[in-house]
Amino acid sequence: MAALTREEINFFLDSAEGFLEIAKRPVKKVPALRGKTVVNLFFEPSTRTRVSFEIAQKRLSADAVNFTASSSSTKKGETLLDTVKNIEAMAPTVLVIRHGAAGAAHFVAARTSAAVVNAGDGRHEHPTQALLDLFTMRKQKGRIEGLKVAIIGDIANSRVARSNMHALRTMGAEVSICGPGTMLPPHPEVFGVKSCNRLADALDGADVVMALRIQKERQGVATLPSDREYATFYGIGPRSLELTKPDCIVMHPGPINRGVEISSEIVDGPRSVILQQVESGVAVRMAVVYILAGGDRE
Amino acid sequence: MKTIITGAHILDPLNGVDTVCDLAIEDGRVAAVGAGLDRSGAELIDASGLHLFPGLIDVHVHLREPGQEYKETIATGTRAAAAGGFTAVAAMPNTNPVNDSASVTKYILGKASKEGVCRVYPVGAITKGSKGEDLADIGELAAAGCVAVTDDGHPVSSPLVMRRAMDYARGFGITVVSHCEDLALAAGGVMNEGEVSTLLGLPAIAAEAEESMVARDIMLASRTGAKLHLAHLSTKGSMELLRGARVAGLNVTGETAPHYFTLTDEEVKTFDAVYKMNPPLRTAQDLISVRSALASGVVSVIATDHAPHARDEKELEFEAAANGVIGLETSLGLALALYHEGIVPLKSIVAALTSGPAAALGLPGGNLALGAPADIVLVDLNEKWIVEPQNFQSKAVNCPFAGMTLKGRAVRTIVGGVTVYSDGKITVQNVEGAKQ
Repeated sequence: MAALTREEINFFLDSAEGFLEIAKRPVKKVPALRGKTVVNLFFEPSTRTRVSFEIAQKRLSADAVNFTASSSSTKKGETLLDTVKNIEAMAPTVLVIRHGAAGAAHFVAARTSAAVVNAGDGRHEHPTQALLDLFTMRKQKGRIEGLKVAIIGDIANSRVARSNMHALRTMGAEVSICGPGTMLPPHPEVFGVKSCNRLADALDGADVVMALRIQKERQGVATLPSDREYATFYGIGPRSLELTKPDCIVMHPGPINRGVEISSEIVDGPRSVILQQVESGVAVRMAVVYILAGGDRE
Repeated sequence: MKTIITGAHILDPLNGVDTVCDLAIEDGRVAAVGAGLDRSGAELIDASGLHLFPGLIDVHVHLREPGQEYKETIATGTRAAAAGGFTAVAAMPNTNPVNDSASVTKYILGKASKEGVCRVYPVGAITKGSKGEDLADIGELAAAGCVAVTDDGHPVSSPLVMRRAMDYARGFGITVVSHCEDLALAAGGVMNEGEVSTLLGLPAIAAEAEESMVARDIMLASRTGAKLHLAHLSTKGSMELLRGARVAGLNVTGETAPHYFTLTDEEVKTFDAVYKMNPPLRTAQDLISVRSALASGVVSVIATDHAPHARDEKELEFEAAANGVIGLETSLGLALALYHEGIVPLKSIVAALTSGPAAALGLPGGNLALGAPADIVLVDLNEKWIVEPQNFQSKAVNCPFAGMTLKGRAVRTIVGGVTVYSDGKITVQNVEGAKQ
């Protein structure tokens, strides 16, 4: 998302609007990408992102193929470069890649003639997640510019946070981040966001609260004393929402650790737009795959 | 047999020579330096318009032999050195097997005399297998020809082992070379911690991972009186710590590498692993600090940390790629850029490539004293050339300077009176006969 302009982001979001309605039809399919091959290259375990992409591709009538491998295959076996060359030889139109290493999608994009969609690279970026989050915010609030967005949790290790911070700032939203000191990025100023030590400061007057998943698999040494302590100081519960605007919405990229970063009351409550995010995800990914398959690689 | 190099601007920082005059070589040694030398019966080398320096010395080179000949060999590594103007290199011990025994040292020296085209000074391991636990046979290593000891690439994590190594090495008069990195703090990082790593989300190494061990080793050198050389320093904080040690008169020297005074972590935004090395590329502030430390003489050594790798070890995701860049054939040109840009005086640059490294490891050479082996480089300070790693003598191409235009390069390299490199070509098979 770091490279996208406001116009480009709007182009993706506007295009997604057109695809949203397809999910409501009895026959949820358009022939837009008939005869095009899309390969989902997933080097990291993923259920929701992969399924979301696959549904998006099938609704566009693309031939979707899934390739699942381990990121560590480079250590004993085929390199990423060789994998890509092999897939390339089968002439796909679009490659969707999820990988545990930051920059993996850049690496692949520089070495293939297919269009490449980054479905998450290490701790770096997760652009389609940011687009679907923005899409959801715009649907709920009617705009993005001027919104106050609080992102709470493991910012430093989160590609979702990184892509959202870039995209939200580009679109003119105000962004505050908060989390334990071990989970805050060392230089928040590069994103143009306000870094808060106290949750209350981040939530103050927020239009949108985005809770991030505590990613146990990305935690290093001594980052968090306990889930309970996290829930006490950084978890989003009913009292958190007393500080926000009354019509504040709550988002979460999933999967949720209920009772840790967010309480069940909130997840299942009226402020939650978590399932709308999932719904938006398919439309946004249809737009992204459609635009990239059409050769519009801007 | 007498050879006279005529008309060169001779710059010999240690002996205070900085003038256009002639240099006579007899029997492989420097026989005279001055104007109006007797040319009768001498072979003349016209070096008008060129500079003449003592042969360059690189105290930090990975020749990869024995064990990793697919990356580089003593033959190719020393050819790269000669082409870069180096007449001597110190070979790091992280070979396979590790150079932690006299037999490996002797193997390297044997290979070097048969296949090498410049002098090779083996550096032994501090600990057995460079595992950081038990001391290697440092006395035996020194006796076999090792000029220093280091566990380069594997920092000695235990302060007690490092302290013991310094106490022990002192008895044999050899330098302890430290790769300063607190591995626990570095926590598997792959680039410098800063604004760029924040943007990229790559696991990062804080400058303090280097600096805390620099501080530790300076303290231990002070305590033990050992001769300490700090390898590949890259941060502002390290420069300040080294300055303190030098001001205090400790027996401590430090080196930096051309990539640290030429490139910054901004390059990593490309995710190209050609910019991956350890220590990592730092910030612009660090770069400026490294340059001033060279100008002031706080850092007295430029070393390349020449680290050749095969293509498929570098053409990977950034996190998975090997650390290291090659540097022998670009070091002089990059160092001279600091002179051309008016940042570091020519004399300081030449000292950091000759007398500085010689002093750091107690090596012969690095100056043109009468009677010294005639290790010499002739340099065209103004020749512009484009860095093309595919044309290098080195086996490897992991060079982050590819495509850059550099000004200044070695045109002739002479080891012990024998021309080993001239006009872009290696001219000998080995330097077996060169004067020691």
